Amino acid sequence: MSAEIKTGEVLISVKDLAKHYKNKAGEIHALDGITTDIKKGEVLVIIGPSGSGKSTFLRSLNLLERPTGGTITFEGQDVMSPKNDINKLRQKMGMVFQHFNLFPHLTIMDNMTLAPRKLLKMSQADAEKKALQLLERVGLQDRADTYPSQLSGGQKQRIAIVRALCMSPDVLLFDEPTSALDPEMVGEVLDVMKDLAKTGMTMAVVTHEMGFAKEVASRVIFMDAGKIVEEGTPEEIFDNPQNERLKTFLAKVL
Amino acid sequence: MFYCKVDYRVLLSFSDWLNKWKDRLYLNFVASGRYKYLLRGLWMTLRITFFAVLLGIALGVVAAIIRSTHDKIIEEIRPGFGKFLLRFFNLIVKLYLTIIRGTPVVVQLMIMYYVIFASSTNAMMVAILAFGINSGAYVAEIIRSGIMSIDPGQFEAGRSLGFNYIQTMIYIIIPQAIKNILPALANEFIVLIKETSVSGYVGIMELTRGGDVIRSRTFDAFPPLLAVAIIYLIIVVFFTKLVSMLERRMRNSER
Repeated sequence: MSAEIKTGEVLISVKDLAKHYKNKAGEIHALDGITTDIKKGEVLVIIGPSGSGKSTFLRSLNLLERPTGGTITFEGQDVMSPKNDINKLRQKMGMVFQHFNLFPHLTIMDNMTLAPRKLLKMSQADAEKKALQLLERVGLQDRADTYPSQLSGGQKQRIAIVRALCMSPDVLLFDEPTSALDPEMVGEVLDVMKDLAKTGMTMAVVTHEMGFAKEVASRVIFMDAGKIVEEGTPEEIFDNPQNERLKTFLAKVL
Repeated sequence: MFYCKVDYRVLLSFSDWLNKWKDRLYLNFVASGRYKYLLRGLWMTLRITFFAVLLGIALGVVAAIIRSTHDKIIEEIRPGFGKFLLRFFNLIVKLYLTIIRGTPVVVQLMIMYYVIFASSTNAMMVAILAFGINSGAYVAEIIRSGIMSIDPGQFEAGRSLGFNYIQTMIYIIIPQAIKNILPALANEFIVLIKETSVSGYVGIMELTRGGDVIRSRTFDAFPPLLAVAIIYLIIVVFFTKLVSMLERRMRNSER
């Protein structure tokens, strides 16, 4: 592994990232030259209209989508190089999905301990101890032996977050984590994410929750048509937007 | 009070009928130990089915994994030998599925027995191969439909945790797929056990042939064929019960 990366240093470096493909509508530029750095301890929030490529960008970081051009460097290693084991890199990049994607055939405890046991070779006892600590943090310790189908959407997403945390990742990627939730359950998930941000966890969040972006983000990126149109602190983006496209977007969502 | 008038002639003819059936049953099953044809036949049917099922599952799993791996990730694989190999195996599997599902099992069995293994004296082995290879094609499509029915998000969740393709299949996709396809899989085995009844075409003494032999000795068709039918029915009903018990247990684990 590369040398320990300190808070404030670059964790993920993205250069000229592109994803072009052809379909019936012609040549699509889902990502069109994205360049940015994600620093350790930073909470990066990515906003933009649907179809702007923000999810594609996030999912490219751990290669769930395969970009067609550019480079991604994570902890000094080229993510796209066949020489680097993407499975090893993914262990350090947790991901939380819009639709939770808990494993329905496993209990909450097994959902959380499967990867640490099989991939990190943790003992059953160690993995369960860690899982219980994390469950306590999100107030769901009494749900360890239940199955995902018995939980509410908000609970499922909290479990999905701590499942990712069980692998002790260096960065967490959130792909619209609250978009599939009933409005009353959005708060409990955002609270967990806020707590997480306070502990210094590096986070990249695609979201429509502007309140969360204003309050928690250290940096906001506005994307449109596969490009980063504007980026800056939440104050810069929300209180003093420069780009016309961003202004109309904010007028609609705020 | 009720009076029940029964014509004595009806009673007489009933006891006649009963006596006649006693004789028929004796002639068909007891005389010369003819029941042994059924017992030996049943044992042969069960052996062929059991090993054909094992072979069918093995072939089916391999074929299904090749097909669904190809359909799922061929786009993502970098050009090279691995991609070529996957394309090649996928083609072989497709050919296998087309030929096996496109021709009757009796024809396959006879080709196996009279052509491919013409020099073999072990008819049971040939039958196991023929039925196993046949069943494998159907099992492959059942398993593939099970794998395809799992939400792609499950696959992504597994991969995002750092599991590789195979691990994701084993720990996350297959366990869920099995539960979804259990009824279809059970149905395939029910079909298989009954399909083995055509083994008589290549001279194998299985259950149906056993009944047929009795018929040819006694010239009384109904009792032996009825017995054969009842035995198949009992096996299938018993097996169905077993599967529904298994299904219930699997469902319970989620509630």
